[in-house]
Amino acid sequence: MHVSMTINGEAVSREVEARTLLVHFIREDLDLTGTKIGCDTSQCGACTIHVNGKIAKACTLLAAQADGADITTIEGLAENGEHHPMQTAFWENHGLQCGYCTPGMIMASAAFVRDNPGASEGDIRHYLEGNICRCTGYHNIVKAVKQVADAAAGGA
Amino acid sequence: MWPQQFDYQRADSIAGALAAIGADGKFLAGGHSLLPAMKLRLSTPDQLVDISRIDALRGIANGNGSLSIGGAATHADIAASAAVGAACPALAQACGMVGDQAVRNFGTLGGNIAHADPASDPPSVLVAVGASVTIASADGERTVGAEDFFVDLFETALDDGELITSINVPDLSDHQMAYVKLPHPASRYAIVGVCVALMMDGDTCGHAHVGVGGATVKAVKCAGAEAALAGSSLDDAALSAAVAALSDDIGEWLTGDVAYPEAYRSAMAGVFLKRAISAAKG
Repeated sequence: MHVSMTINGEAVSREVEARTLLVHFIREDLDLTGTKIGCDTSQCGACTIHVNGKIAKACTLLAAQADGADITTIEGLAENGEHHPMQTAFWENHGLQCGYCTPGMIMASAAFVRDNPGASEGDIRHYLEGNICRCTGYHNIVKAVKQVADAAAGGA
Repeated sequence: MWPQQFDYQRADSIAGALAAIGADGKFLAGGHSLLPAMKLRLSTPDQLVDISRIDALRGIANGNGSLSIGGAATHADIAASAAVGAACPALAQACGMVGDQAVRNFGTLGGNIAHADPASDPPSVLVAVGASVTIASADGERTVGAEDFFVDLFETALDDGELITSINVPDLSDHQMAYVKLPHPASRYAIVGVCVALMMDGDTCGHAHVGVGGATVKAVKCAGAEAALAGSSLDDAALSAAVAALSDDIGEWLTGDVAYPEAYRSAMAGVFLKRAISAAKG
């Protein structure tokens, strides 16, 4: 079957099997390997992307379900050669250890702070329940997200 | 993991979806229960009919004392809905506890109840408050009470080719209600989930609605606990009687595993009944 969508601002169109998962479409058909496959059961969040502005777990959607959608992956978060503030904050706070969960963490966090500027640490920890870091490096991840949330609220 | 091969069609109307569904087909809404089951070959339909873009299945409306929630309304939409928050806040709470935000953005209430996972959150609320499910098929439409809809473990009253068009929830804005759960420490699924809705007259409980899930193979309405609470002032004696009655209500449906055996879940159901009452009273 034929699917068409916009990924990181670029229109793409491909012939795929109906059973193609969106994460495979992104990684294997489009060679955008920043989106990771972790648990493959919609628990870990390594495959988190934005579908029409909402966070989604790309291992639990068919490419067909995203037909016509506007999709952003980690590769599309930077604008005009400048890192997204969430990417910068993860860098500054060393919000990673091995880095495997990082694209999903950043995609989820970017959407969260966009919708919840000024979010508290508790809000951030609760929201990130769907993104698992097996290095257990949550402390710096939360620090990074809090930094952007504070800045978005015009705070520190 | 890739699911097995299937044909995919997208329907743009309820009639179109019903006309398209084949003998071994399944309706696909958010896919957040169905696709994981298909990846594990627990479900092997040869056809998926995508109903997620049918506007008539996505709405949430309150009219004539009842909320009508489209079968393909997402958990996120229900959790954030002012209409649900006013008429049945426990359902908004329960939908807000399903999975995580990404899952709630796509998973739907219709898909959730069709899957009938015993550890899911919304079914406890639906049986407690006496919701009903409207189901369409090529043969017409029927409405089934939530208690009859949930038949057994992963088993519902749905027949092949039937589509959940709406979940109908009575407007209980004059009740005080809450859904609370004991989440599994890893999966966050409910080991026990309890919904309570109380109709208070001063300090006296006029009547109570109680539903339990997680501890049981299906969501169970707890008439014994409801009777023990009705007419009481929700004092310690009434709560103890309700906990004892609840144990009988859920007894035949209890489930358990090595980590959380039946006796533990039964005991926790009593604890969470009291917590739900406390939360409902505010």
